[in-house]
Amino acid sequence: MAQIFPRSANSFAKVSIVLAGLAAAAILATAYRLDRGHFITDVGVAPDQPVPFSHKHHVTDDGIDCRYCHTSVETSAVAGLPPTETCMSCHSQIWNNASMLEPVRASYQTGRSLAWTRVHDLPDFVYFNHSIHINKGIGCSTCHGRVDLMPLTYKVNSLYMNWCVSCHREPERWVRPRDQVFNMAWEPPPDQMELGKKLVAEYKIQKLVDCWTCHR
Amino acid sequence: MSSLIHLTPRRDNNLDRSRGGPNGRAARKSSIDLTAIRERLESGKGPEFWKSLEELADTEEFRKFVEDEFPDRTPDWNEPAQRRTFLKVMGASLALAGVTACTKQPAENIVPYVRQPEELVLGKPLFYATARPISGGAVGVLAESHEGRPTKLEGNPEHPSSLGAIDMHTQAETLNLYDPDRSQSVLRNGNISNWMNFMAALLTVRAEHAARQGAGLRLLTPPVNSPTLAAQIQDFLRAMPQAKWHQWEPAMRIPGYNPQYHFENAEVVVSLDSDFLAHGPGWLSYARAFAAKRRVLVGQTPIEQKRALQQGPHEIRPEGQANFNYARESVPAKDTTNRLYQIEGTPSVTANMADHRIRIRTSEVPAFAAQLAAAVGAQASGVSAPGNLPERAARALPAIAKDLQAHRGTSLVIAGEFQPAAVHALAHAMNTALGNVGKTVTYLAPVDASPVDNLASLRQLVSDIDAGQVDALIMIDVNPVYDAPAELNFESALKKVRFRAHLGEFQNETSVLCHWHIPMAHFLETWSDVRAHDGTVSIIQPLIMPLYGGISPHQLLAVLNTGADQTPHDIVKRYWASRSPEGDFDVFWQRALHDGVVPNTASAAAGAPAFEATAVPAPPPPGQLELVFRPDPAVGYGRYSNNSWMQELPKPQTKMTWDNAVWISPATAQRLGLHTEDVVEIDHNGRKVAGPVWILPGHADDSVTVHFGYGRQHVGRVANGVGFNAYLLRTSDSPWIATSGVSIRKISGTYTLATTQDTQTMEERNPFRILDYPDYKDSHKVQQEDEVRPEQTLFPEWSYSGYKWGMIVDLNACVGCHACVTACQAENNVPVVGKDQVHRRRAMHWLRIDRYYRGSLEDPELYFQPVFCMQCETAPCELVCPVGATVHSGDGLNQMVYNRCVGTRYCSNNCPYKVRRFNFYLYSDWYTPSLYGLRNPDVTVRSRGVMEKCTYCIQRIWAAKIESEKEDRRIVDGEIKMACEQACPTDALIFGDINDPNSRVAKMKAQPRNYSLLEDLNTRPRTTYLARVRNRNPELERV
Repeated sequence: MAQIFPRSANSFAKVSIVLAGLAAAAILATAYRLDRGHFITDVGVAPDQPVPFSHKHHVTDDGIDCRYCHTSVETSAVAGLPPTETCMSCHSQIWNNASMLEPVRASYQTGRSLAWTRVHDLPDFVYFNHSIHINKGIGCSTCHGRVDLMPLTYKVNSLYMNWCVSCHREPERWVRPRDQVFNMAWEPPPDQMELGKKLVAEYKIQKLVDCWTCHR
Repeated sequence: MSSLIHLTPRRDNNLDRSRGGPNGRAARKSSIDLTAIRERLESGKGPEFWKSLEELADTEEFRKFVEDEFPDRTPDWNEPAQRRTFLKVMGASLALAGVTACTKQPAENIVPYVRQPEELVLGKPLFYATARPISGGAVGVLAESHEGRPTKLEGNPEHPSSLGAIDMHTQAETLNLYDPDRSQSVLRNGNISNWMNFMAALLTVRAEHAARQGAGLRLLTPPVNSPTLAAQIQDFLRAMPQAKWHQWEPAMRIPGYNPQYHFENAEVVVSLDSDFLAHGPGWLSYARAFAAKRRVLVGQTPIEQKRALQQGPHEIRPEGQANFNYARESVPAKDTTNRLYQIEGTPSVTANMADHRIRIRTSEVPAFAAQLAAAVGAQASGVSAPGNLPERAARALPAIAKDLQAHRGTSLVIAGEFQPAAVHALAHAMNTALGNVGKTVTYLAPVDASPVDNLASLRQLVSDIDAGQVDALIMIDVNPVYDAPAELNFESALKKVRFRAHLGEFQNETSVLCHWHIPMAHFLETWSDVRAHDGTVSIIQPLIMPLYGGISPHQLLAVLNTGADQTPHDIVKRYWASRSPEGDFDVFWQRALHDGVVPNTASAAAGAPAFEATAVPAPPPPGQLELVFRPDPAVGYGRYSNNSWMQELPKPQTKMTWDNAVWISPATAQRLGLHTEDVVEIDHNGRKVAGPVWILPGHADDSVTVHFGYGRQHVGRVANGVGFNAYLLRTSDSPWIATSGVSIRKISGTYTLATTQDTQTMEERNPFRILDYPDYKDSHKVQQEDEVRPEQTLFPEWSYSGYKWGMIVDLNACVGCHACVTACQAENNVPVVGKDQVHRRRAMHWLRIDRYYRGSLEDPELYFQPVFCMQCETAPCELVCPVGATVHSGDGLNQMVYNRCVGTRYCSNNCPYKVRRFNFYLYSDWYTPSLYGLRNPDVTVRSRGVMEKCTYCIQRIWAAKIESEKEDRRIVDGEIKMACEQACPTDALIFGDINDPNSRVAKMKAQPRNYSLLEDLNTRPRTTYLARVRNRNPELERV
């Protein structure tokens, strides 16, 4: 019986096997990059907001503390976004004619809330609690980055579960003294691992990786 | 949507299906041979505990039924499974499953307040004290509010009718509040109008009638126990002296009669057809007192050996600490208990707690009462109750009388609220003769502002309408077209009235016949006040603005009285401003709102009640039927008809959902040739209604029980067309028992009833344990010990050094009221699935209450056992999950992770307790906006294809844990309350840290009555049970 395939088919088959492998690897690599990249995670992307609010201006230039607006960060699961009234406590006096602030004034006058776009948005099956992290010595900038230097707010971490768990497994790498929690410029000192271990013991920090810690 | 709308039509497909259902159920039921069952039980060959007739019959179909927890695994695969189709579907689903993961998380908004309320902390619920009005009382609640949304009601410990507990109906009120079928606008002749238009029309009517001093103007309300509303109505009647106020509610309570029972003093209780542990105003407080009296606790117990066995090596504490020795901890010993005799025909929930249940027909209860009264030497003048008692009851009676006489001053005779006044008179006479009045029963002034005979009042209204004396009728929160006695023919009378207005939460059978319908504000939406069963006033404060512009009855009366629209807040506050004690009114007002009760407002003591001397009709002769009417255990008189939580709640006695049925006893069924699910026509003096039969063990023979609350026509998507309307059989001469002219006749066809009694079964084991009081008291002997083999486990040993959460269920205290089931549903966003899905055994309740029978077919004992996830330390479910969606936590809980679950259902297959529930469809309603507000934001709303189960209210554990760690302390015992525990009126469920030797749960687990369910499987469950103790009368045992 005559051969069905010519001899050259052999090398074609060999090459195509390699190529298929490479193609699969390329697809997987692309998918991985896409998944971890800012296109999907939105890391570094500042979404449009009704008012182009600048943390840099309010925190660094004006010296306003985080808790002036995010009032419940020490007591509740959510840090809280300020009601329009908080904005107007200053902006009824200063920049009270700025066109940029028109949505804020409109909200105050009509009683309709401003609808901000979430920058840090966990999935609905994740129950994160700000207050316990603050109380155990995890600073704002550890998760949110240098918000005080952001003209427009974006996130610096993916908030993926592997990112959460990396700290839940080794909290000593990130924990800081409680009095430094709201210090946006705090950087881990060179002896962080020693300091961290001391603080973990002092603050009774547990390495919580049970599912029900966050998922209920 | 799935739960409320989509599934409802699907349910209808199942009706009148005479062939076998998907599981061959219809065939199974009709093949039951009751004679064979009876013989088997009498010969002692049957099981000790049994759940249903089907189980006893033990047919091949039943075997098949229980073998598979979730049958019909691929219900939508209708085509023959061809290989090609299979490959196509599998390929596509695999590809699509991958693709769905490639979505980008959609952007969401944060919408902050414009002006944030002062005391509100975002993310933390606030609790407000308010009260839910009920017939003849109120249940005080603390309403949980998340950013302005009431999501759950919990009992108010300060409130005398609640004492911190809550009943299932109050719990279900949040769903009533958010019900998308609620009336949403003012209607004029069925067309949308508004409140201003109605006010104008009402003012015209008012002006016309004012000229005639109100002649022709009538008001129809339920009995009023709101002081403010009563005062407004009195003002109205003063201004319009010729106007009349009628009161009607189908409960038809005896006017002006307000007995208060003191179970803490009662050693022997005789209940004459009274369901006092699950029904009536104040029952929550009664159940608490009753259970406290009943509970038997052992102080120092010789149980070290048993503990050591059960603890095993895995409980050894680290760091060289000694094992806790529970036995060394003393519990205040209490070795006394009480005894309950339940005399009834229709099995009640209370019968579960009875030490002796005497089964007689409901119409024979008066005769029993009369003979018992004679036996204890009580005189009730003018009361005649003819009739002979069945032999067994007649033989038991002297022993009961003797027991009563041996407990003078510490016994109590209670007459059921559905028994005629004569029985109440007899009960009072017995209590007087036994010296109980003032000790175990007292009488208070009535709670209702103006108690009248409801039936006479309604009858008067109808006859006045027929006489042309009624020109305008204003109805507030009543539905007489649906629930008035049939022979009054209220519908045709109503149509003769020139001006008809109806204020109600729902458009209903009455409102569709009215010129005007006005949506009524729910009690969580408006201001009001209400008296509890002992008269204590609560101010009702709103949690939310009316969702649909609801109007309060106070507002309507204010328009009638003053012609001006006033806010309910002003009306109620003004009323109390003129009545508050000396001192700063604002302080009084804030205090009353904060506490949920107004101090010193309990009713004054009243003298002995005066009953009209009444003759009671004789019971029908044997072989002739009596017809008993009852409110439905779940949907009541109809208020909860459209509440899907209540519709799907398995009714305590039958475990049936979504329907009412005609209850008859097995012997009567045999005599009439009937089977469960046969459709019969009940004829009561020519009034006919058809409904399906339910053969109920323990029901009196020659007796038929039907329930109200079903057969609705105009109320909402959930209730319309469900069940049959028993009100059509009810006439005013026989409001609760019809003794003559009753017959039933089998008509063609069967009707599928959805019941959960055989689903999730642990059959062929004895999960319920009962001890006899005398034995137990003397020797603390615990029977039915299973062999415990703690050494055999595949799991690595683990020491739980931190918290070790556990629960105890005291079967001696559980009255079977089912409040916990609804509390769990409300707390954990548990969806409803609809009748068809319940029938396919897919009900989603995380907490079920198994009902067991023990003993004979005719006269079994009845027991309830709450079962939920046991949180096994060596959990069989965890081993078999291929994706690690159910895993163990460090504190020993069995975690269920929804976002990992792929729906293999291996875990539920491997769960011996059958507590895992699976979302076969998208049962949670994701699409009805009004229901969004109902959800607990701390619990995931589950999607399709996900397994779920009891979590020990993990959200509550974590909330408390976070708070305690912020304060650097341990969680205090009692700081965390499970939703079920919170609701429980008898403290039958207790949660806590077993590692804390002083916690209540640890102390309870040290009781010798403590046992684990299916202990021999060595699952080491964290939830354990305390065996039931039955205090039988030895003299009666011999009878």
